[in-house]
Amino acid sequence: MATTATIKSPSKSTWSGGQAPMKASYGKLMMWFFLLSDAFTFSALLITYGVIRYSYPQYNPEIHGEVFKFSTEYWPIPDYVFDGVPFLHGMHLPLIFVSIMTFILILSSVTMVLAVEAGHRRDRKDVEKWMLWTIVGGLTFLGCQAWEWSHFITGKEEGLKGVADATKFFGANLVQNQYGPQGFADLFFFITGFHGTHVFSGVVLNFIVFYNVVVGTYDKRGHYEMVEKVGLYWHFVDLVWVFVFTFFYLI
Amino acid sequence: MSEIKTQNVHIDSHEEHHDDHAHHETFISKYIFTTDHKMIGKQFLMTGIFWALIGGALSLIFRIQLGFPEADISWMRPMLGEWITPEGRLDPEFYLALVTMHGTIMVFFVLTAGLSGTFSNFLIPLQIGARDMASGFMNMLSYWFFFASSVVMFSSLFIETGPAAGGWVVYPPLSALEQAIPGSGLGMTMWLVAMALFIVSTLLGGINYITTVINLRTEGMSFSRLPLTIWAFFITAVIGLLSFPVLFAAALLLIFDRSFGTAFYLSDIYIGGEALPQQGGSPVLYQHLFWFLGHPEVYIVIMPAFGITSEVISTNARKPIFGYRAMVGSLLGIAFLSFIVWAHHMFVSGMDPFLGSVFMLLTLVIAVPSAVKVFNYLTTLWKGNIVFTPGMLFSIGLVSLFISGGLTGIFLGNSAIDIQLHDTYFVVAHFHLVMGSAAFFGMMAGVYHWFPKMFGRMINAKLGYVHFWLTFAGVYLVFFPMHYIGIAGFPRRYYTWSSFETFSNIFQDLNAFVTIAAIITFAAQFIFLFNFFYSIYRGRRAPQNPWHSNTLEWTTPIEPGHGNWPGAIPTVYRWPYDYSKPGAADDYIPQTVPYSETPESNTDFENELAALEKESGVEEVDETKE
Ligand code: HEM
Ligand SMILES: [Cu+2]
Repeated sequence: MATTATIKSPSKSTWSGGQAPMKASYGKLMMWFFLLSDAFTFSALLITYGVIRYSYPQYNPEIHGEVFKFSTEYWPIPDYVFDGVPFLHGMHLPLIFVSIMTFILILSSVTMVLAVEAGHRRDRKDVEKWMLWTIVGGLTFLGCQAWEWSHFITGKEEGLKGVADATKFFGANLVQNQYGPQGFADLFFFITGFHGTHVFSGVVLNFIVFYNVVVGTYDKRGHYEMVEKVGLYWHFVDLVWVFVFTFFYLI
Repeated sequence: MSEIKTQNVHIDSHEEHHDDHAHHETFISKYIFTTDHKMIGKQFLMTGIFWALIGGALSLIFRIQLGFPEADISWMRPMLGEWITPEGRLDPEFYLALVTMHGTIMVFFVLTAGLSGTFSNFLIPLQIGARDMASGFMNMLSYWFFFASSVVMFSSLFIETGPAAGGWVVYPPLSALEQAIPGSGLGMTMWLVAMALFIVSTLLGGINYITTVINLRTEGMSFSRLPLTIWAFFITAVIGLLSFPVLFAAALLLIFDRSFGTAFYLSDIYIGGEALPQQGGSPVLYQHLFWFLGHPEVYIVIMPAFGITSEVISTNARKPIFGYRAMVGSLLGIAFLSFIVWAHHMFVSGMDPFLGSVFMLLTLVIAVPSAVKVFNYLTTLWKGNIVFTPGMLFSIGLVSLFISGGLTGIFLGNSAIDIQLHDTYFVVAHFHLVMGSAAFFGMMAGVYHWFPKMFGRMINAKLGYVHFWLTFAGVYLVFFPMHYIGIAGFPRRYYTWSSFETFSNIFQDLNAFVTIAAIITFAAQFIFLFNFFYSIYRGRRAPQNPWHSNTLEWTTPIEPGHGNWPGAIPTVYRWPYDYSKPGAADDYIPQTVPYSETPESNTDFENELAALEKESGVEEVDETKE
């Protein structure tokens, strides 16, 4: 054709081209699609958890004895595994510590929302403040997780009797653990570790964004969309934790 | 419009953010670390061709073993070294490594990266009317991750213990235990690393394709006006986005089982009478995770080829594609179903037979959208003024191969029949026709059809015809006999069968025949290679729109620069399949022609649209510098 015509599009309907139909920049869309795909990675891991978990029997007082004790025969009850709290040695406080961790992470999502909101107002001081709180929340969560892991690894007084040689095994590693079947500790380390890696990279991203806020990059750019993008990631990581928490600690 | 100089194309810098590269291009920024989608597409194509040659050559080695088990192949020793035994035979372990690497290379490196990578990159911005991908930088990363993955996979061919050897599906426990076979050592580790890099590359590419199609379509390019190529690439990218992460998870767990003593996939294993410590894992779990990717993957391979075929067949039949909506619908249907049929690969894995029958039902349902596609191709061809370009021949070849291979899928989908056929050459025949050959033909169709756009020159058609007929006859001669061998019970992935009386007497001749056909087919590809590289430098100069096609890429200059259109991006007014429209002067009306300019061929509805175009005021902007 000899000529190319440019016209104002007759129909300004959203999906007819020439504009971003979802009112989202390509960067934000990319983040959404990345999160969708990451959600499938986590789903695969949680399904793995389910498959291995339910290949073992539940603890049943009538068969396994009135008093719960750890055994490789059945999956442990989380209340008895995760009952430690720092400085309160020897007390049975089921799920208290992990609830605190979860609460902190959810709080950091709230501060992230506030940072995004401040970004919309282009209020640099507020973005700085809330990003900082979010980073603090993330680091606290990671710190708690480190304690939780080391507690899990060192183990409890009672230990688990070795099958073959009647020695006792304390704590946990990838090959053996005192709480129950090998898969229990393997999955715990793998899935919370994989999630923790996500939190860690989230903190790093948050920090980079925080730095850019401080030096005024986004003021120069004219918008704070980067804050929104890391915000999406951060919320996703929190949401995943809710699932991980449910799987490992509640059921 | 014929003479537009493309050197130093100047692009309005307010249009897009990444145009400022166009001015100071060095060799490195133009050919190596390029962010231009066209160059990245070509990088994928070249790497894909390289891999196709390697993958093909590997298959010839094991074909020789199957066809001529007594042959003395010491002449290969300079190349394969210790893998040829002192008696001049192929090492049995290496045979397994060969089939594994052949499968991996062909499925992932050639037909995923080489096909999607090439054509999604090259065509998406050109056909939707965008200056480039949403993120040129991520696109570049996508190629370089693929490159890194290729380097790792390629190096694994040369290590002492050999590359991975557990089949392209790398099932544990075989792949999880280093003691099992040499290939499960370092070779397997490198396989996993390469695949992890490959997945990153696919995700970077896929996220880019999806967002580009959503956000960067030019004015007027609604989804219902998208060429079917773009629909296919778009849906393929979505499938990849949702299935590759599951393979990623499966591979990570396998890495832990291999290297850190976990028991996700391992349980109750005794080696030399010694029990391994791992307890409680499930190898079938790996199969589920793998095939949750594995089955969608086969559609990731075929769907871009479908898209290319739709475009090429419609253009060269000079007819609108039959049932555009049905074509889109069947792509969506296939995409959806592809996620819920994976366990048909596991009918005999010890899975619950009831679950098997559920998967059998879902599997057979896929035949419906597949058939919709086939019938629509045939009805598009029906009574068309067919122009037999090489691209067209390869597209028709795809339809033929897809029918032949699809029919055997219906046999295999029946869980009871599959007990007999599973892991025999019948399966090999099925997927090489329906996936391997069909997708390869789609890729060839794309190369022949878009060669003028890629390199500004025409590829020689005569050589193209020779290449087509040799390849077409070749793949049928190679893969058709495999059905008979398979039905008779000949298993796949067996190094030797000559010690079985029945097998050696019955199958020697067919196997030898297949091997000879394979060698000829492989040799025929060198005709293509010569033609391809010769035409890049010496081909006839391409006209602007050699196939009289409607889509936007043919409105760009013959050799488009970075940014694709020197002036403004064209606006789109109609769908891409207005071929041989009754009343129209030409037998094609490009997407950029407004309805108001074609009153002679408009329908009533289109006249209404034309009125709307008028209302909003068509400003004729003549920026074409005749
Ligand atoms: C009518 C549609 C189809 C049906 C019902 C079907 C069914 C099956 C079944 C049941 C198997 C497993 C056989 C076994 O291992 O025992 C299989 C294998 C396979 N199919 Fe199909 N199929 C269909 C179409 C396709 C298409 C379109 C492709 C690719 C584009 C494809 C690619 C493959 C591959 C690669 C394998 C073998 C994987 C392996 O074991 O290495 N199939 N098919
Ligand atoms: Cu399948």
